[in-house]
Amino acid sequence: MSETAVETGVAADTHAHPSDWEYVKIALVLGLITAVEVSTYFESVLNWGRALVPSLMVMMVVKFWLVARMFMHLKSEGKAASRLFVAGLFLATGVYIIALNAFQFWG
Amino acid sequence: MSTATAAATADTHHDVHDTNTGISNTKLAMWLFLATECLLFGGLISTYLLYKTRGNGAVLPTDVFDIPFTSASSFVLLMSSLTMVLALSAVGRGEMDRGKAWLLVTSMLGGIFIGGQVYEFTSFYREGLGYTTNPASSAFYTLTGFHGVHVSLGIVMLMSLFVAVVQGKLTSKNAETVEIVGLYWHFVDIVWIFIFTVIYLIPAE
Amino acid sequence: MAIIEQPLALGGGAAVAERPLGVMTRPQGGNGWRDWLSSVDHKKIGIMYGVAAMFFFLVGGIEALLIRTQLAFPEQGLLSAQVYNQIYTMHGVTMVFLFIMPLAAAFANYLIPLQIGARDVAFPRLNALSFWIWISGAVFVNSSWIVGGGGADCGWFCYSPNSGVTFSPTHGVDFYALGLLIAGIASLVSAINLIVTVLNMRAPGMSLFRMPVMTWMLLVTQFLLAFALPVITVALFLLLFDRLFDSQFFDPQAGADPLLWQHLFWIFGHPEVYIIILPSFGVVSEVIPTFSRKPIFGYSFMVFSAIAIGFMGWGVWAHHMFVSGIGPISVAAFSMSTMFIAVPTGVKILNWLATMWGGKLRFTTAMLFAVATVAMFTIGGLSGVTHSLAPADTQQTDTYYIVAHFHYVIFGGGVLGLMGGAYFWWPKIFGYMLNERRGKIHFWVMLIGFNLTFGPMHVLGLQGMSRRIDTYSAGYGFEFWNLVSTIGSFTIAVAVAWFLYNVFKSRREAVDLPPPGPDPWDARSLEWSIPSPTPEHNFDEIPTIQSVDDWWYRKYSVDDDHQVTAIATIEEVAQKGDAVGVHLPAPSFWPLVVAVGLPLIGYGLIFNLWLCVVGGMLTAGALFAWALEPVDDPDAAHGHDDSHSDDHDGNDNNGEA
Repeated sequence: MSETAVETGVAADTHAHPSDWEYVKIALVLGLITAVEVSTYFESVLNWGRALVPSLMVMMVVKFWLVARMFMHLKSEGKAASRLFVAGLFLATGVYIIALNAFQFWG
Repeated sequence: MSTATAAATADTHHDVHDTNTGISNTKLAMWLFLATECLLFGGLISTYLLYKTRGNGAVLPTDVFDIPFTSASSFVLLMSSLTMVLALSAVGRGEMDRGKAWLLVTSMLGGIFIGGQVYEFTSFYREGLGYTTNPASSAFYTLTGFHGVHVSLGIVMLMSLFVAVVQGKLTSKNAETVEIVGLYWHFVDIVWIFIFTVIYLIPAE
Repeated sequence: MAIIEQPLALGGGAAVAERPLGVMTRPQGGNGWRDWLSSVDHKKIGIMYGVAAMFFFLVGGIEALLIRTQLAFPEQGLLSAQVYNQIYTMHGVTMVFLFIMPLAAAFANYLIPLQIGARDVAFPRLNALSFWIWISGAVFVNSSWIVGGGGADCGWFCYSPNSGVTFSPTHGVDFYALGLLIAGIASLVSAINLIVTVLNMRAPGMSLFRMPVMTWMLLVTQFLLAFALPVITVALFLLLFDRLFDSQFFDPQAGADPLLWQHLFWIFGHPEVYIIILPSFGVVSEVIPTFSRKPIFGYSFMVFSAIAIGFMGWGVWAHHMFVSGIGPISVAAFSMSTMFIAVPTGVKILNWLATMWGGKLRFTTAMLFAVATVAMFTIGGLSGVTHSLAPADTQQTDTYYIVAHFHYVIFGGGVLGLMGGAYFWWPKIFGYMLNERRGKIHFWVMLIGFNLTFGPMHVLGLQGMSRRIDTYSAGYGFEFWNLVSTIGSFTIAVAVAWFLYNVFKSRREAVDLPPPGPDPWDARSLEWSIPSPTPEHNFDEIPTIQSVDDWWYRKYSVDDDHQVTAIATIEEVAQKGDAVGVHLPAPSFWPLVVAVGLPLIGYGLIFNLWLCVVGGMLTAGALFAWALEPVDDPDAAHGHDDSHSDDHDGNDNNGEA
């Protein structure tokens, strides 16, 4: 009985879990992206011009997604967890963007 | 025991196969809690964004940022997510010594991050950016302060896990507890990913 | 963080094991005052929420009567302007946060596990924690009358810069901010608890779309709470830091924007009003079908419209700010979104009416309250629609027309609905019926008093009487309707007193009356399939659900012509309540201790930082003690899975030994 519990739990997990080495690789990618982000601070490296803010946003989202999906296992978690977390995230983003609009933040 | 009767028990057990969603109660609760935290940090971030140029004639946060330093501490926190997931992986496999080590390293990396924050804030203060200087400074310190408190509580939880492993109370059977603390820790890291980009890296107008 | 809930073996002769080591034994179940303080039973917690909420109803009611007495005649000096501001502020704070929300929480806590076929909520000790934190916040806020130099005086919405130390120098606003922060933790934790309960602990066969509408309404309410509370948490912290630490969030002279408070407050505040009304809608959605002997009309529409309200409620908040200078684009956008949100609510109203149409109606007290809820809410909703037109609202805002609107929806909609719920579920909770004759008197006196109080406010508002004024001059023509309104308010007071009389008298009379039995109303949902009052273990066996209103279909079969035929009596199919050896979560004192530390931190921040240290250590220490709490069953000390296999010997699996 309890074996099945542990078995199902562990079995489900090991199918979806990346290995330790895969985690390290993801961390290296994260580090690389961070290095690129930081390089934007130094104008001598590359002139981003108007692409700067969108590029930073994209990099931020990629890092976010990597940590959430791979480190937090959101991918293998099941629909309920994803839906709850995404709901909170999208709600926060939506509501606060509307609020900033009301302050004519981008005006 | 069939899954039907297991589900029929419907008491306070956290067993995965007892729940309607297939996720344990505690893990589901943590995901939900993290979703609510998006609303909390969103409010603090929005407040900062609204106020970031309101210096009332005094120093602004963007004037005193030390991007190289903050990049280093951001990197430290990012790596702590790696060590966290390695800790979980070890505990899940029953390698408790490794698990203990990675938990300790994660706490230490978190501690280094906090130390970095403290150092940063004291140097900002010396450069004229106090908590009550202007709306921008109040917003900056409140946002990063809340984040720092969250990291600190995370360190407390990680050290509690460490102690529990040392005492033999935490084994591979309750690896999920480590996972749940890990979720919190990764979220705190994600918030910093957001803060670092939006507050530090996006240049002042 | 492994909070391992260990069951307490009940049933004849099952001794509690000696504590293995450590500080405190887990207390045993029972009914003395210590058992209430340490209870983790959702039913006891629900009752405590209800009783406390009724107490604060009286507090807020007295504050209301003071307001109405002052305003009965022009230019009265019963209350100074300063005191008047405190009274109407605390009236609002008390009624919203200390009465209607906890009363809804009472129903949610009591009913959700029963309606989904569970034995308790997902985290029973956390449930107790929510209650004790809430009540310590409630006491804390009200203690400002005694130790804070008076109540908060900024209005329940506490706009800045009025809320800063310059214009509100007493401690009232500090108590407001800290008290609501404390109470907010309670509701947030409770919301997470109940959402996980509903998502994870439903009986076999109970899909989400087979849950009672009440459970759905309460579920949407919990989501709104979970996501809205963090926003007001931010606002309250910013206010608190301004007042305590001189931060610069709301000082216009420092370049801050007072509108930041308004936006943050109302981003919370609008979902808040749906938090207030949805539980009442849930009650109505159970009562009307029961006393029409018909299923709810359009079950899916009821569910989807609730979800729609939950979503859309996030997009309308600035309709509270039409005259705050947010600019024409924002005004237009929020005006439109506010008009749209009337649609899902309209769907519900039509569905309730359609449920009644052609039904076999029985006008019990509960049914009277439910129907009145629909009617009064419709009136309040209609005035709400007039507010959605921003040009019209420009005249209406800050007048008594708005006061009329929100009292019609909150009191007429929210309170009347929950009162109906009280009559409906009273036998299930307490094991005796509230007397119907006296109940109907309660209803009519309440309805008349309510309309006398708030109806005239529509007129007063359109005639130009301002809100939030401590008195008004003679000669504006406000005298007559103000007097009528005051008479109405005292009529409400009579109705409330009558209700309390009904409670105590019915209880005494119950001794000589036959017990109500499991299902006195011949109702439709699962809680009516078990004895009244509910046994401690809820269900002898967890039922397997085959449809919506499963309980109804165990009693009746319904053919294609909607003809209802009895197939079993209640006695035949109801559970007997006599199961033994059912494992229940063990009680604990630690939630109470954790809760007590929080107001100490609050007092410390206001008066003396050493108190913060004491409070902080108490809370933190109690949290650790909670996590390490010794379990009663020594075998369980080996770990979760072992105890799992051990404990199923005496378990209740569908009647197996």
